[in-house]
Amino acid sequence: MTEFLAMGGYAAYVWGAYGFTTLVLVWTAVAASSRHRAELRRLNRSLRA
Amino acid sequence: MWQWFHRLGSPPAFYRLSETLLPWLWAVFALALGYGLYGGLVLAPTDYQQGDSFRIIYVHVPAAWMSLFVYVLMAVCGAIALVWRMKMAEVVLIAAAPIGAAYTLIALVTGSLWGKPMWGTWWVWDARLTSELILLFLYLGIIGLHGAIEDRAVAGRAVAVLALVGVVNVPIIHYSVEWWSTLHQGATVTKFDKPSIHIDMLIPLLAMALAFKLYFFSVLLVRVRAELLTRESGSRWVKSMLGSA
Repeated sequence: MTEFLAMGGYAAYVWGAYGFTTLVLVWTAVAASSRHRAELRRLNRSLRA
Repeated sequence: MWQWFHRLGSPPAFYRLSETLLPWLWAVFALALGYGLYGGLVLAPTDYQQGDSFRIIYVHVPAAWMSLFVYVLMAVCGAIALVWRMKMAEVVLIAAAPIGAAYTLIALVTGSLWGKPMWGTWWVWDARLTSELILLFLYLGIIGLHGAIEDRAVAGRAVAVLALVGVVNVPIIHYSVEWWSTLHQGATVTKFDKPSIHIDMLIPLLAMALAFKLYFFSVLLVRVRAELLTRESGSRWVKSMLGSA
């Protein structure tokens, strides 16, 4: 396991790349779905008003 | 095929179909991602030249491929929007832009993290890296231009033109490693003869590429759904859908 995490001495670069990718993709997906939900909420409110 | 295409051009049909499609897309995405990560980080053998640093390929190359794929898709949408005045094409174009920008940013940053240990530098102003940076600016330009123009019809046409004009950059990026001397390595997969990458390294790469593509279509559907609700908030189908929910 330690050997796996060490990535042959390239740990900072490899995990940095995977970490950054995860961060950007999770943020993009969360932003998209929260925009959709906010839009639904807004429409529901205006429909009831 | 054409009938299907026309149905997708109708907002309520698109909204309903995408709702059914999304769980399946996410499920296949999770499978491809799981296999790709396990295959790429664990199963694939260490590269004899680059050691374990080559494993960055499994996020870098799919992101770079998608940065081009998304742009071409947007240019096609731009052409459809300009020629046939199809509303859905405009919506898809602008909904895809932030996802394409995200992939381009990932390709640039992970490439930099790969370049430092292999080339000894985070960045060089060579053809491949510079043209990919221009692609990021094109994405940001399209997003900015769309946000800056108040009139929706004018904004839609403006970004369609910009997307079409910018597509000239795509072949430049792809062939940059052949046309100019560069630190960036040449293609190892998308060549006409046999790929010069070992099969145990290639299969996880294709799985990751599939995962990245499915992620794109999933997030694209979600963004298009949100955009449709905004644009069509006064229409009957939105009201009846919310009323019955």
